[in-house]
Amino acid sequence: MKRFRQAKWSEPVIFEIGSPNRKGYSLPLSDRDSASRRDYEIPESLRRHHAPELPEISEVEVVRHFIRLSQMNFSVDNGFYPLGSCTMKYNPKINDVISSLDEARLIHPYQPEDTLQGMLEVIYKLASWLCEITGMHKFSMQPAAGANGEFTGTLIIRAYHKLKGELQQRREIIIPDSAHGTNPASASMAGFEVVTVPTDEDGCVDIEALEEATSHRTAGLMLTNPNTLGIFEEKIREIEGIIHDAGGLLYYDGANLNAILGKIRPGDMGFDIVHLNLHKTFSTPHGGGGPGAGPVGVKEHLQHFLPVPLVGYDGKKYYLDYDVPHTIGKVKGFYCNFDVLLRAFVYLLTVGAEGLKRISEISVLNANYLACKLSKIRGFEIPYGKDKPKKHEFVLSCSPMKSDTGISAKEVAKRLLDHGVHAPTIYFPPIVDEALMIEPTESASIEEMDEFVEILTSISNEAYNEPEKVLKAPYNTSVSLVDEVKASHPRTLCLSWRMYKKRLKGKTLKL
Amino acid sequence: MKEIGINHVDELFSDIDEEIRLKGSMNLPGPLSELEVKRETERILKKNRTIKDLDSFLGAGVWPHYVPAVVDYVASRGEFLTSYTPYQSEISQGLLQALFEYQSMICELLDMDVANCSMYDWASSLGEAARMTARVTQRDKFLVPHYISQDRLMVLKSYAEPAGIKILEFSQNIKDGQIDLEDLKKKISKDVAGVYIENPSYLGFLIESPEAIAEITHEAGGLFVVGVDPISLGILRPPGDYGADIVIGEGQPLGNYMNGGGSLLGIFACRDEVRLIRQMPGRIIGITTTLDGKDKAFCMVLQTREQHIRRHKATSNICTNEALCALRAAVYMALLGPKGFQELGEIILSKTYYSIMRLSEIEGVRVPFFKAYHFKEFTVNLDGTSKSVQEVNRELLERGIIGGRQLSHEFPELKQTSLYCVTEMHTTRDIDRLHDSLKEILEG
Repeated sequence: MKRFRQAKWSEPVIFEIGSPNRKGYSLPLSDRDSASRRDYEIPESLRRHHAPELPEISEVEVVRHFIRLSQMNFSVDNGFYPLGSCTMKYNPKINDVISSLDEARLIHPYQPEDTLQGMLEVIYKLASWLCEITGMHKFSMQPAAGANGEFTGTLIIRAYHKLKGELQQRREIIIPDSAHGTNPASASMAGFEVVTVPTDEDGCVDIEALEEATSHRTAGLMLTNPNTLGIFEEKIREIEGIIHDAGGLLYYDGANLNAILGKIRPGDMGFDIVHLNLHKTFSTPHGGGGPGAGPVGVKEHLQHFLPVPLVGYDGKKYYLDYDVPHTIGKVKGFYCNFDVLLRAFVYLLTVGAEGLKRISEISVLNANYLACKLSKIRGFEIPYGKDKPKKHEFVLSCSPMKSDTGISAKEVAKRLLDHGVHAPTIYFPPIVDEALMIEPTESASIEEMDEFVEILTSISNEAYNEPEKVLKAPYNTSVSLVDEVKASHPRTLCLSWRMYKKRLKGKTLKL
Repeated sequence: MKEIGINHVDELFSDIDEEIRLKGSMNLPGPLSELEVKRETERILKKNRTIKDLDSFLGAGVWPHYVPAVVDYVASRGEFLTSYTPYQSEISQGLLQALFEYQSMICELLDMDVANCSMYDWASSLGEAARMTARVTQRDKFLVPHYISQDRLMVLKSYAEPAGIKILEFSQNIKDGQIDLEDLKKKISKDVAGVYIENPSYLGFLIESPEAIAEITHEAGGLFVVGVDPISLGILRPPGDYGADIVIGEGQPLGNYMNGGGSLLGIFACRDEVRLIRQMPGRIIGITTTLDGKDKAFCMVLQTREQHIRRHKATSNICTNEALCALRAAVYMALLGPKGFQELGEIILSKTYYSIMRLSEIEGVRVPFFKAYHFKEFTVNLDGTSKSVQEVNRELLERGIIGGRQLSHEFPELKQTSLYCVTEMHTTRDIDRLHDSLKEILEG
């Protein structure tokens, strides 16, 4: 096994660096005198009296500070990152080069359409490619992230039933208990009540329970397929029948699309609305938490509900199309996260149709390989759908280990960090005890996966033989176990440097 | 494959119903080599005309500002760029600290105590702010001024309507843009969750009596929400100084490019009050220590507000936000410091007034439309000329200039008025050229 030691800089908080009158900027002051100050004197009552208490630092200090911080941050570029449902695949660098071009960055959304033809062409073409990939009729590229896309989708469900005069009656959205937390949160943001349906032994939606939950009150069903257990909902056509017969709409959470590219399309499964996460399946870097993009596609009968503007093409020119009769309006400012769309555009040009299919095959093969190997390690098991092929991810449980040794999923995750791999998603989905949700993606090589197996084997050995060692992990990261309880405790809560200083003064805090 | 006992990868997809499987292949372009992809994408993007090709005077929510080289350098570090949300604190201290520093520096600029580590943009921050005021006060009306961006208002309505929040408008004086306090007093009631203003306003003028609005709002038990352009706060009074409970805004000017309108950076901050903090949307980073107490450390806090724990009871569904844009803003704020913001503010203010002065020289042009103090943006009215905004903008474009945003769709009562923006990016010569071109177009 490789040895890993993350940088540890004891880097001060930025407010502790620098000294008065030091500066890291230069401004075109000579040009300032174009108007003399008395021409624009604004009254004292509108002026700031105390300068903001920002640090005063030189350029080199700023650079070193942030470079040191970067060295204390693990990323896909550093190593294996099997964070389930997040699809942390490699992000090709050409994507960033293109999105950094002046023609992509130095453009204003309100410029005349004639001067934005390049941007509009990228949006239009990408939308049409996503239609082809998902089997949907039309895409809105506006949503800024997956959750923003879900919100868009649930607003469309709302508008659809409202137009039919059934919104008063259709108050419920059905969501399986294995769903991403954003699904119920989005449904609730759009004003719906959430009805949860359980998962059966095979890891799929319990059809009987679904039938029971469905009624004239059902507005729709939000489903991830393959679901968060990495299992394909085989009875999707039955599910579709139940929901559509009851007058509801079918919503597809595209977070897990990486498993089925070129194999089966949400549109062909019967879904009415789809959102995709370009920062997952389509390789745009996640940026430590965004920006992402969550475009939403719909079937033809829902196209008039999409947010405005859409991008159209009249055979000669691309244009912003505000002519959407039942539009839900807008879900974010302007048109889209263009820099993110552009990266996905480059990615799709690079891989093509066959490449996409290959991506799914390899990511699924990788997941099955790891599932097979890891489930043999002492203390681990795969509780749902044992005999079913996994898709792009699977959920391992260390429940046996927990009852044998007391070592929990969290502790396994922390110990993993010591080996220079990121931990899987843990305690998710909530229906699996001591869950470790693992998604290797197509980027993982067999050597990398074998090493991961070796690491988890050694952690299992430690758990059974020297559990203390696992309990106190991690050792090799920038800091040891972080006190997250103190961080959120009302007496010690510090959400800014200003709050921190106030708490120190008030002596409610000792750091 | 041998390891898992299959002969062909297709076996792993055997559980998918044959009938609905995709037959044949998808109709997509590619695959192309890196060189070809670059050539093709550059060919398409060249059809855009950038603010380097043209002198643009557009603002209205996204503005041209200089991005220091250090910002691009830091933000392109793969360790930041290709990491996920920092769920595992111990191995993600770098990003966590940087985001904490973003929150802290934004708080200093706004004069607030708490900020989250970003929303999608100003518009979505406004939507979330309205919902937050309703949660905190258990009321269902949200008051907004007449002169706000109609795009932003549309987003607000998308967020508010499903929560049962009614958006009501209060008037602004058409002469000077100031809030009509009598009208506000008429509309405020015990049902009003929040009152929102923007300062500087959407149309560039400053609000001269924000305290009075804060007072009226607080007396009725509502929350005072203020939207800002953070670049103004080196010289203009911060909202925390005049009674804001929640402050939102667009963080794009802080080291982020215009990107055709996205990615942007939604600012969201509030005061240190438990009832507010508990209802904040979005991710927040806190400072703490390691369990052994030896080192300071950072982690995401108050996650019980969030969707992955609270599910349908979460304060918002947001998870992926604009972290990298927030990182850029952090680097930018660190570079500028207090003096930089002050100097930059003065430069922008002086250019604003130089522009107003020069354009006022043209016969029939009324600049600004509103008799008030302005920052960075101002209205240009052409009612006294023989040409419309559309005609003038077309002729400006022929001269390589993008004129201000036409406002007649948003505010018909302003007739032939457009919104101009000048920043440190505009030289005196650019402004003079705008003046000369406009004069030529209007006076012949």
